This record gives sequence, structure tokens and C-alpha cells, in this order.
Amino acid sequence: MTTLVSIAAVYKSLEKVMDPEIPVLNVLELGMITDVQVAEDGVHIAMIPTFAACPAVSYIQKNIRDQVNADLNIPVTVTVDKTVTWQSNRMTAEAKEKLQQFGIAPPRKLDSELTEEIFIETPCPHCGSKDTYLRSPFGSTLCRAIHYCKSCGQVFEHFKPLE
Amino acid sequence: MLNNALTDLLTKMADDELIQGHRNSEWTGLGPMMEEDIAFSSMAQDKIGHALALYKVIQEQLGGTDPDQYAFCRAEKDFKCCHLVEMPNSGYDLSLMRHFLFDMAETVRYESFADSSFEPLQHLARKFKGELKYHTLHANAWVIQLGQAGEESYDRMQTALNETIALAAGIFEPSREFESLLTDEKVYPGETALYHRWLDRIYPVLVKSSLNLPDISSIQPAFGGRQGVHTPYLAPLLKEMGEVIHIDTKANW
Repeated sequence: MTTLVSIAAVYKSLEKVMDPEIPVLNVLELGMITDVQVAEDGVHIAMIPTFAACPAVSYIQKNIRDQVNADLNIPVTVTVDKTVTWQSNRMTAEAKEKLQQFGIAPPRKLDSELTEEIFIETPCPHCGSKDTYLRSPFGSTLCRAIHYCKSCGQVFEHFKPLE
Repeated sequence: MLNNALTDLLTKMADDELIQGHRNSEWTGLGPMMEEDIAFSSMAQDKIGHALALYKVIQEQLGGTDPDQYAFCRAEKDFKCCHLVEMPNSGYDLSLMRHFLFDMAETVRYESFADSSFEPLQHLARKFKGELKYHTLHANAWVIQLGQAGEESYDRMQTALNETIALAAGIFEPSREFESLLTDEKVYPGETALYHRWLDRIYPVLVKSSLNLPDISSIQPAFGGRQGVHTPYLAPLLKEMGEVIHIDTKANW
């Protein structure tokens, strides 16, 4: 009979798995983990990508497997959860704060469907001004949009709100 | 029988995404300005990602084959994309208009799957819907701005609309074999219903752009793609897309 590891220990380990495109955020803060089960045959973790075409999914899966395996020394399987859809509201308040510190405007909380208005007056992560405009709903990665701040004259990125 | 009907429907949708995705990617490095270059490149990534997700459902739920083999190693006649997505990019005016008409069509299609009896479609539809919002946001903003940006700009957008509307209507080619089965089984409301929802959706944006929707009753939708009959533009594109995989179709990446 093998000794089962605690769920809490798995979560502790997951805190160390960072997003490859936003290295200040871990997979838990981003809301990418949907389930953790500890069974006789090892740990089973279910995760979801932020955008369907995210190219980093298999890389993140591997990082989760390697990290949890290294910390807890038991077999780990990581599957993509097909029942849950990622939404920007899954991101924690701490994650939004860290994103801001990193220079990316965090997504605003969505109370209903996404409309164009969500892009107006996005606060600049550098100077805090709301005198900004959307330059393009597409940016350097699928999850980012490009804005311009008229107050400090800087182009900045915005983590897109997603329904 | 229902599995065949579902495979047929999903293949059409996935092939549209794959071919449109490749057309979008042809703007990478050539966009008229940096933001637009990035926009079409991002939309290419989304479309091809959506194609992969659909091919995976065909493989995992409907007894299909490996997505890479299915996407790149089929004969031209086995592709079921519509003629609209096959057209070369031509100018930016035509590309933008196609993007507008196509993404609105996808929007009404995926919305209609929200209560599909085929559960994997429900899930994909939820996922794609939020992402598609960004595509239509982009398309609408440009169509409206360019429609109102002066005579030359207006003329070019109106010409692009006149040239693409029959092709776009061809997206909604019903399947002779499977249409009634798919609607009876409540997989989706069917192509004719989607066509009307699409017209209702594009019309207000065209009004805001001051563009005139050509008389719909007089257009001849460009059908054929869903039955494997394609324009001369598809074969060269498939050849180019498959160039690497055909060096060694069994290679591991």
C-alpha cells in the first residue's frame, strides 16, 4: 500500500508551474486547473487552455507533470478538461495585481456578454491614466490586445477579457 | 448514419477553418500596417486551432483518423470547404470583406450549437464564441470605418461586397443527404435557418457602413464546395500546405 500524497501538497507544487508567456503567473492564478485527484495509481490533474489555439498547451502539460513528479515523486497524468471553458473571470485578484505589475493591463471583470465598451478607458498599467484607446484587438499572443496611452505616450498590452 | 452526418458537418466546418486560416496566414509579413499584420496572423492561429479541435472530435467521437493526416493527406475532392475561403487574398479590401462575411457566418453557426444534441459541439461552440467576438469586432470596425472613409474607399468596399456576396451565400449549402437528419436530430437548425440569421446579422453593420447589400433574391449562391467540387484555387493551396508533410507523412515532430 502506497502512501497517498495530500491534495494540498499537489496544489503547493502547482504554484511553481508558471505560464510560459507570462512568467509572473502560475497555472493556479490563471485559473487553468479544473480538477486535482489523488488515486492509488498517482495524481490526476485536469487543466484548460486560455485560448483554444494556445500553442503552449502541451508544453504547460509537460511542465505540470515534471514539477509535481519532482516534488512528490509519484506518477502524474495531466489531461485537458473538455467540460470547462476558460474565462478571464477565472483569474484571481492576486493574478490581476501581478499582471499589472508586469506591465500588462489585467482583464476587467465581465458581468455579462463582452461588448466593445470593455475596451474603452482601459487603465494604463504604467501611469494609471484612463485616457487610452484600443489600437488592435490582437497582440503578441492570442490572449493580448494592444492599446495606446495618450497621457504617457506608451503603447501597452491588455490581457483580453474572454467570455 | 447519424455519425456519417456529423462527420460530414464537422468536416465542412473544419475545412473552412483550415483553408480560411491559411489564407489569413498569407498576410503574415505583408499586412498593410503592423497591427493588421498581427491581426490576420492571430486570426490564422485561431482558425487553424479551431480546425484542429474539430478534426479531433471527428477522430475521438466519430471514428475518424489522425487530424494531421485528415487535414493534409486527403484528395482535393474529399475537401468540403466552401468556395469563399478558397479565393486568393487579392487586395486588402476583398480580404476584409471576406473576413467580415465569414466570421459573421461562423458566429451564427456556433451560437446555434449552444443547445445542440451533439454534446462535443456544445462545448466547442462555447469556447469558440468568445474568441470569435474578437474577429467580428475587428471586421466590423474596419468595414464601418472604410465604408465611410471617402469615395475611393467606399467604392472599393462596395465592389468587394458585390464580388463576395454570392460566394459567402455558398457557405450555407445544405447537404442533400444529411440535412433533414441533422435538423430532426436537433444537432443544429440547418443551413437555411443559419443563412437567414446571417443576413439579419450582417445587414445592420452594412447600414452603418453605408454599403448596399446586393439584392439577395437575385444572387446565385456559389454551391459545390460541400460536395467536393472546388474552384481552381484550392488544389495549388493544398499542394503548398502539404509540402512539408508530404516529404515524409509518417515523420514524428
